[in-house]
Amino acid sequence: MLRLWPLRQISRLQNAISLTQQACNKSSVPAPSPELVEVFVDDKQVFVEPGTTVLQACAAAGVEIPRFCYHDRLSIAGNCRMCLVEVERSAKPVASCAMPVMKGMKVKTDSPVTRKAREGVMEFLLVNHPLDCPICDQGGECDLQDQSMAFGSDRSRFTDNAFTGKRAVEDKNIGPLIKTIMTRCIHCTRCIRFASEIAGVEDLGTSGRGTEMQVGTYVEKMFKSEMSGNVIDLCPVGALTSKPYAFTARPWENRRIESVDVMDAVGSNIVVCMRSNEVMRILPRLNEDINEEWISDKTRFAYDGLKRQRLTTPFVRSGTGELVPADWESAFVKIAERVNATDGDLIAGVAGGQVDAEALIALKDMLNRLGSESVCTEEKFPMTNSGIDFRSNYIMNTTISGIEESDLILLVGTNPRLEAPLVNARIRKTWINSDLCVTVLGAPVDLSYDYQYLGDSFELLTDILNDKHPLAKGLKEASKPMIILGSAVLQGENSGAILDTVKSLSEKLRAGSEQEDWKVFNVLHTQANQVGALDLGYAPGVDAMKGSKPSVLFLLGADAGTVKREDLYENALVVYIGHHGDYGAQIADVVLPAAAYTEKDAVYVNTEGRAQIGRQAVSPPGMARQDWKIIRALSEMLGVTLPYDKLSDVRARLGEVSPTFNHAGQVEDAGFFNLSDSATVPRKESRPAVQPLSPALLSLRDFYMTDPISRASLTMAKCVQAVDDAEKNPYSKPEQS
Amino acid sequence: MLSAVCKSLVSSTARQLRAFHRPAAACSDKLFVHRDEPNNNSETPFEFSAENIKRSEVIIANYPKGHEAAACIPLLDLAQRQNDGWLPISAMHRVAEMLKMPRMRVYEVATFYTMFNREPVGKYFVQICTTTPCMLGGVGSDVILEAIKENLGIGVGHTTDDNMFTLAEVECLGACVNAPMVQINDDYYEDLTVDDMHRILNDIKAGKKPKAGPQSGQNFRFASEPKTGLTSLTEPPTGPGFGVRADL
Repeated sequence: MLRLWPLRQISRLQNAISLTQQACNKSSVPAPSPELVEVFVDDKQVFVEPGTTVLQACAAAGVEIPRFCYHDRLSIAGNCRMCLVEVERSAKPVASCAMPVMKGMKVKTDSPVTRKAREGVMEFLLVNHPLDCPICDQGGECDLQDQSMAFGSDRSRFTDNAFTGKRAVEDKNIGPLIKTIMTRCIHCTRCIRFASEIAGVEDLGTSGRGTEMQVGTYVEKMFKSEMSGNVIDLCPVGALTSKPYAFTARPWENRRIESVDVMDAVGSNIVVCMRSNEVMRILPRLNEDINEEWISDKTRFAYDGLKRQRLTTPFVRSGTGELVPADWESAFVKIAERVNATDGDLIAGVAGGQVDAEALIALKDMLNRLGSESVCTEEKFPMTNSGIDFRSNYIMNTTISGIEESDLILLVGTNPRLEAPLVNARIRKTWINSDLCVTVLGAPVDLSYDYQYLGDSFELLTDILNDKHPLAKGLKEASKPMIILGSAVLQGENSGAILDTVKSLSEKLRAGSEQEDWKVFNVLHTQANQVGALDLGYAPGVDAMKGSKPSVLFLLGADAGTVKREDLYENALVVYIGHHGDYGAQIADVVLPAAAYTEKDAVYVNTEGRAQIGRQAVSPPGMARQDWKIIRALSEMLGVTLPYDKLSDVRARLGEVSPTFNHAGQVEDAGFFNLSDSATVPRKESRPAVQPLSPALLSLRDFYMTDPISRASLTMAKCVQAVDDAEKNPYSKPEQS
Repeated sequence: MLSAVCKSLVSSTARQLRAFHRPAAACSDKLFVHRDEPNNNSETPFEFSAENIKRSEVIIANYPKGHEAAACIPLLDLAQRQNDGWLPISAMHRVAEMLKMPRMRVYEVATFYTMFNREPVGKYFVQICTTTPCMLGGVGSDVILEAIKENLGIGVGHTTDDNMFTLAEVECLGACVNAPMVQINDDYYEDLTVDDMHRILNDIKAGKKPKAGPQSGQNFRFASEPKTGLTSLTEPPTGPGFGVRADL
């Protein structure tokens, strides 16, 4: 206590200052509504909703309370005791994270009692925590480290007189992504709560009691979740760290570049950590409308794929059929020779799902100038009825955050858990916090919430439309129903029938709904920029292009293997512009190395129709260049110079084509619902031959490798192997519930 | 002179050696992670007997619908009793399945409560209390523990070769007034002396069932009454209205 006295004086002084400030402010503050509770934090008056915790009230007053176990998005545990504060007329310091505010409560966040409580808690935590910060990957971004500097004692009373050592706990093996050093664990149970609340995988827990308590799985098994990596961010200490990132960089060495993910169509906001022109790791970035603060494991860990299988130099296929490294000029000349001798109708372009909008518009403009109208995406979308003429036909109209308002969701042929883990997390969140009902038409996959499985036949869908199915009544009664149609089922034959039926059903529900602006119809895409490509006027699917037998084909990051040599004119020239030596480069005659998503400033449009800007973190490897610049340079060689020289010019061109691109970060509302609905005429065919409404990704194994980057990633390969191994582990078997 | 130098060298080396990190001694002789053993793995056969299935249904029915997880502890206990006093991991799985709980939540319960034995024990599970009152009361638990060790020829945490006895040192079992005490399976043996302990264990070995309760330490008293007879509550209880004002 003696040591604290000068600080006490200072705090008194501060209190006096804040009191006078408060007196000055009082007149200007409008009288708050009567149902708010008045609380004083360090004598500063704040009004908060009843039921707010003391910790949140302090945050509202601008005072940050130290904490380990408390987390905004998880349930309250109240077990770390770091958030103890003194409350006037309370016998003991109270755990502010778990204490609801009461009228007139006077909280002292910097009193001697509070400070002593924090210091004591910190001392206890450190007694059981190894002081191995120099070899700990959390060092520099560790809550325990930071808070012990801010609130801990400046000396330790831990003297290990008997040399018995500190408490030590066995490390756990929970898979290839998360490294565990359980001795560092401070038992905040954030990871356990994340697993059971957000991820919906009840694999983590505590075993034992008292000083022998440990966090883990009890039996040795993999933490099988598609978003397991988030526990690394949640862990306030170095107990759970990233296995691929282990010992590679320190947080203060990294430069953080805000960007957008392209592994799925959610467009998760990410931070790319870069050091010396190398992507060191990827972290989530807060965006309440999209990914909150989570990202999927593929987003987080596939970055090592950016360093493998890369195309670093142009290639030209030699007479003997081998791809030979070449320089840009000879590659361009080879293309120009052929293109100049070819009729415009016989030139075509195919774009993959991860291509940025700038490259898409550049390729389209160039081919248009060459006289070709044949530009398409690899991913299909039915062109029946109004097809892609109306934007509302192919985007997720209710938006991801709109899921939280919904009370009934019908998933048609989609497995959101693997196709868009964060959409699934949002559905789970809503399912936990409300009476949301989920029904599934597709495959009985493992989603992280209970749902009613209807079946996988197309007839069920028509039954629902024709009121022959019990669900039809449920949908009608729901105030905000949502139908989420997976893009995977639109890839097959006769998928137009599926789209039409779902559209008709949505139209019926929307017309009958009391909610004026609630949009029922949603498409969940799997490709990062599919919506962007459709916005820019690309035709979905390669079938039409194949029909014209092109003699020059530009593959722009098209690696899904939808185009084969046989589909083309004999001796056709295939030009591949992309970043990985995957399928597209294999069939190409000229390979032009381009930039991956971390290597360019680029716009992507997610499944909601939200254009987002990804920023360049590192430069493209070797002779690789950014996609749109390659096309711009090529256009000059082909004599159809594109009218843009700078990125801003390309962006302006994007804005000309679609207003979506003018408002990055916002969802451009799709209108013309009535028009698009009226254009939908249910087809009269009695029984269109439609394959089962099964999604493409069925088990976790399928999740990890879906695109050129994740296919090249060693970490993702290890995950696939770990999932295979888990199949053999009797403790990893799905539990009956 | 030389010897002094040698000595100081040795001592400094010893100091150096002592500075090497060693993990702290475990506070429990149990492991709080599961390791597959030949007799304890996910394939270990366990199924509730028909009689216990019926019992478990009664137990589960005690709790409101949707709160079946509340029956976790009684069901684990039932499983342990059926399975010779210990709980294989397959039994935990069975309980999880019956209560529709995630397995991890059952592991948590089974590892938290020390009276669930997660490894095989002998037919007679001898638990000696060595908490302070038992250590100090009567002859003291130290000598009782020695007596058990001597009689059974095993140490704490061990099982006899014939799988008859397992000895465990436990914390307070709530019979402090009758210290020292030992619990053998469900029976308490209190007010023990060394002779009592030998007699009880020998009787059990001989297949007899020794009388549970207070032993010779306090002259086979009935319960926990004072040695010298009652010092309070000696007169018959007064009836209603005792000590109440007459006008009320």
